[in-house]
Amino acid sequence: MLEAVLPIAVLGLMFGLGLGWAAQRFRADSDPVVDQIEAILPQTQCAQCGFPGCRPYAEAIASGEADINQCPPGGEAGIQALADLLGREPLPLNPENGVEKPPRVAVIDEKICIGCTLCIQACPVDAIVGAPKLMHTVIASECTGCDLCLPPCPVDCIDMVERPASLMDWRWPEPGRKRGAA
Amino acid sequence: MQRQAEAVERARLAGERIHHFHGGLRLRHNKKISCEVPLERVPLPARLFVPLLQHAGSDLANALVQPGQAVLKGEPIGAYEFPDRGFVHAPTSGTIVAIENGPIAHPGGQAGMRVVIEPDGLERWTTLSPCPNWPGADPQDLLETMRRAGLVGLGGAVFPTSTKVQGAGAAGVHTLILNGAECEPYISCDEMLMREQAGKVIAGARILRRAVGAERAIIAIEDQMGVVEQVLKKALAASDAEHVEVVRVTTIYPEGGERQLIQVLTGLEVPSGGLPQDLGLLVQNVGTAAAAADAVIEGKPLIERVVTVSGNGVKRPRNLVALFGTPISALIEQCGGYEDDVQRLVLGGPMMGYALPTDAAPVIKAANCILALTAKDIQAPQPEMPCIRCGECARVCPAVLLPQTLHWQASNGQWDDARDSGLMDCIECGCCDFVCPSHIPLLDWFRHGKGMVRKRAAEQAAADLARQRFEAREERLARIKQDRKDRIAAKKRQMSESSESKKKVAEALERARKAREARSGGDDKQ
Repeated sequence: MLEAVLPIAVLGLMFGLGLGWAAQRFRADSDPVVDQIEAILPQTQCAQCGFPGCRPYAEAIASGEADINQCPPGGEAGIQALADLLGREPLPLNPENGVEKPPRVAVIDEKICIGCTLCIQACPVDAIVGAPKLMHTVIASECTGCDLCLPPCPVDCIDMVERPASLMDWRWPEPGRKRGAA
Repeated sequence: MQRQAEAVERARLAGERIHHFHGGLRLRHNKKISCEVPLERVPLPARLFVPLLQHAGSDLANALVQPGQAVLKGEPIGAYEFPDRGFVHAPTSGTIVAIENGPIAHPGGQAGMRVVIEPDGLERWTTLSPCPNWPGADPQDLLETMRRAGLVGLGGAVFPTSTKVQGAGAAGVHTLILNGAECEPYISCDEMLMREQAGKVIAGARILRRAVGAERAIIAIEDQMGVVEQVLKKALAASDAEHVEVVRVTTIYPEGGERQLIQVLTGLEVPSGGLPQDLGLLVQNVGTAAAAADAVIEGKPLIERVVTVSGNGVKRPRNLVALFGTPISALIEQCGGYEDDVQRLVLGGPMMGYALPTDAAPVIKAANCILALTAKDIQAPQPEMPCIRCGECARVCPAVLLPQTLHWQASNGQWDDARDSGLMDCIECGCCDFVCPSHIPLLDWFRHGKGMVRKRAAEQAAADLARQRFEAREERLARIKQDRKDRIAAKKRQMSESSESKKKVAEALERARKAREARSGGDDKQ
């Protein structure tokens, strides 16, 4: 009896130690599923999903805390990509989180701005520059259009406008559609 | 690395033997009709409309002038945000009337900003700054002169010449190829230019060769160009140019494509995602060479080009020299006007060009040909049928792609798969579209698809930037928080330390007091 149990127990112990050591030695820096989910999310960092950024939302999806339909900037296409990645059924966008909007950019009315720096502190991607009691401005190319600078502004001087269409943005339309409709 | 070095060595033999590229089409040339009369200059129109968007890969130029301002011929009127893109120049002297949105030559029929100039008819030049003693000039000076002259590739891609030459020169180029193989039907502007201004083309070849540091230059022309070869050879003999050769290549569409021409001359393929300089080659259009000669020898900026006006819809087809900004209607007028049964106006050739909604659009640097087509030239749109997988498209594809697979992926929105199947290597020649028996608009699909792949890449880059900035901010906030914690802890420690030292002082005082008391007690005893 003992000569049967002992070798199995020793073997089990050896494998256990080996695996334990390997888990420490070759630990993945971050969860690869979270990375893949995060790569699909639009990185707007708008927190409309209820999490303080795209990374936390990706972690919540991976752990099953959140559904895949809570990201309005990602829209239907984003939900579809997440569903494909995770092998789930695509869901319609949850209206509680917001609605899909065309990409927009924040514009500060510089005549009204009092230089309170509140929007600078709210911006998740540091796209607003300015200093106390000096006029602030938005770096348009860095702005993700997340709306987070709107609520803290005490003088309501920030507007979200649709990104102006430039000739450089023109692309050949899908065949079968009318020309000129980009 | 070694294989590349071998390829560079083999590319040195460019032009010794004529090779073939995959696929391609033998098309009817229809070139003779526009080559019967010599080049003519379009008379100065009442107004010039110079678009501010003329260079590849850049946004609008910023206007340097104000309405009401007088300008001289050749004066810069627009500058690009990136200085290497050069300038847009005033094509004639006169007054700026307006800077306004209006019709431009654009595949989507979009409007664009144009500087409107009312010519004074005096053609007064601004101060010209040619490159002195150009045969011995420093390559950097030549490049700078070309940049200031607003030189772009006149073959159609309008990529800034100085940027291209500089990049190629830095990588090392042994052979300059001048592309005179305009394979698309009807277009004959390069042929006429070589016939009438051969000396200028050869001077341009020498300038570009010097600017890029190449040992030799090849002028590649088509075997159907007739007298061009003799004219070029005569001009070569008359000039003191050395190591410049003329090579005839067989006329197969799309041989004028940069990569196809390289393959014909060397038998080597430019790798996907690579550039000709990986083989030690640089390709420039012959029109660009002539413009380089104007810029370097005479100091004249790029303000005009040769334009082919052809097709059955125009009365007297011919090649014209037109200032940029001349309305296309003025060119048509110079050619005797439209025929009665004209149906469509096309900018570019019949294979790769696009329809223009109006002839009010002005001539731009990219405008090599204006085609007026009649009803019998235009195929009535045929109903699209399902792909029967006949493989004709793959047989003619000069980039050796599988158009049927790409079409399947593109029409299903599988952009990443299409990209991996080589969609971005498509040169948009339209051969597959031309031969497709099911009349599938393959070219339109691939143009759309390339735009989609680029758009997705741009969105991905923007998302990556946002993530980086977000992470950097999180890190900074965490660091500030930690710093504050550390500071408070240090202060507390200091505080507690100070109370301890107070205690020590108090204890010492206490001890001293006790000692004094003990001493005074002893004294009392004495």
